[in-house]
Amino acid sequence: MASLRGIQTRISSTKKTKQITKAMQMVSGSKLNKAENNAKAFVPYSEKIQEVVTGIAGSGEDAEHPMLQQRDVKKTAYFVITSDKGLAGPYNSNVLRAVYRTIQERHTSQDEYTVIVVGRVGRDFFKKRDIPISNEIIGLSDQPDFTDIKDLTSETVQLYTDEEIDELIIFYNHYISAISQEVSSKKLLPLTNLSEGSSMAVSSYEYEPNQEEILNVLLPQYAESLIYGALLDSKASEHASRMTAMQSATDNANDLIDDLSLQYNRARQAAITQEITEIVGGAAAQE
Amino acid sequence: MKTLTVSVVTPDGPVLEDTFEMVSCKAENGELGILPGHIPLVAPLTISAVRLKGNNHTERIAVSGGFLEVRPDKVTILAQSAEKPSDINVERARKAKERAERRLQAKQDDIDFRRAEYSLRRAINRLEVIEEKR
Repeated sequence: MASLRGIQTRISSTKKTKQITKAMQMVSGSKLNKAENNAKAFVPYSEKIQEVVTGIAGSGEDAEHPMLQQRDVKKTAYFVITSDKGLAGPYNSNVLRAVYRTIQERHTSQDEYTVIVVGRVGRDFFKKRDIPISNEIIGLSDQPDFTDIKDLTSETVQLYTDEEIDELIIFYNHYISAISQEVSSKKLLPLTNLSEGSSMAVSSYEYEPNQEEILNVLLPQYAESLIYGALLDSKASEHASRMTAMQSATDNANDLIDDLSLQYNRARQAAITQEITEIVGGAAAQE
Repeated sequence: MKTLTVSVVTPDGPVLEDTFEMVSCKAENGELGILPGHIPLVAPLTISAVRLKGNNHTERIAVSGGFLEVRPDKVTILAQSAEKPSDINVERARKAKERAERRLQAKQDDIDFRRAEYSLRRAINRLEVIEEKR
């Protein structure tokens, strides 16, 4: 049995850990609230832009634009959203595993794919495995503004317009609720599934100057907004996931402290019993 | 007097929603004035100020990277950023302007050049919107 002092040190160190995990849980909880609000604030924009884009793309048969057209896939880009810090349970590993598996299944040569990564954890993961990273952003704030990632999104969309990549797939944690998130992968570019769901008769628009010009401006913006939406979604997931992870860490610390206290009391009891036996034994020997 | 519902929406949330009598803005091809009952229209906007004229007040909004969607009784402006004069950080805009000007003079490779030009235009636009207000 461990010494009394040994158990006591373990109890006090576990208590300190518990304080930290509890604090982190509360911090993540409030960040989750904000992230949820951000995601909600984004909804009107995304709905509106989707409505207009589907309205335009679905209206005329002559809606032709490189971003709407499927072309032969020579190179695929994977847009992966992870966090900068760990301690978020399976948040990062789930996404990274899904991406890694997809890459292994679909590609044989490194020329066929590239990765665009958000977050330090993801970057280190791909670097370690020698997977080509074409763009990265780390140190993103917990409440990202659109301007924070505008450069990244427009560069990504530019890659597609320049035909450097022929397909863009995004991997991120979709936020379902505070206790459940799931890895979601979506094909962002080309925008092939626009005409679905636009069955409601959208009034036909006049275009100023013309449809082609509008699509040139609108589609990149739409794609960028999809990326931003995914980012907000995954930020909410990150905080939710970290909150859950920290909550279970706190619970585990509580369990451990209970166990250790029991052990400590037993050890203390045993020591007292032993001392009494020794005293009684000693007294008996003197009579 | 007929009115239009105008809403200005950005990725960071709605900026404004109110009724006005006229919207005038700068599209890629030139100035556009929208009155109630306009036919449905979509037009991209330049980095510029959008002026909203109401019953007895006028609002100005600095818009960048946006476009305009018009329905007979409703105008929606979707922009990557849109700010009312009261939300503009003058200090920041001024600094951004100086920085962009320095960069343009330094003449680096063309991507930086383009970016600097855009940020200069955004900064100038913001400052102009504030100036007009005064």
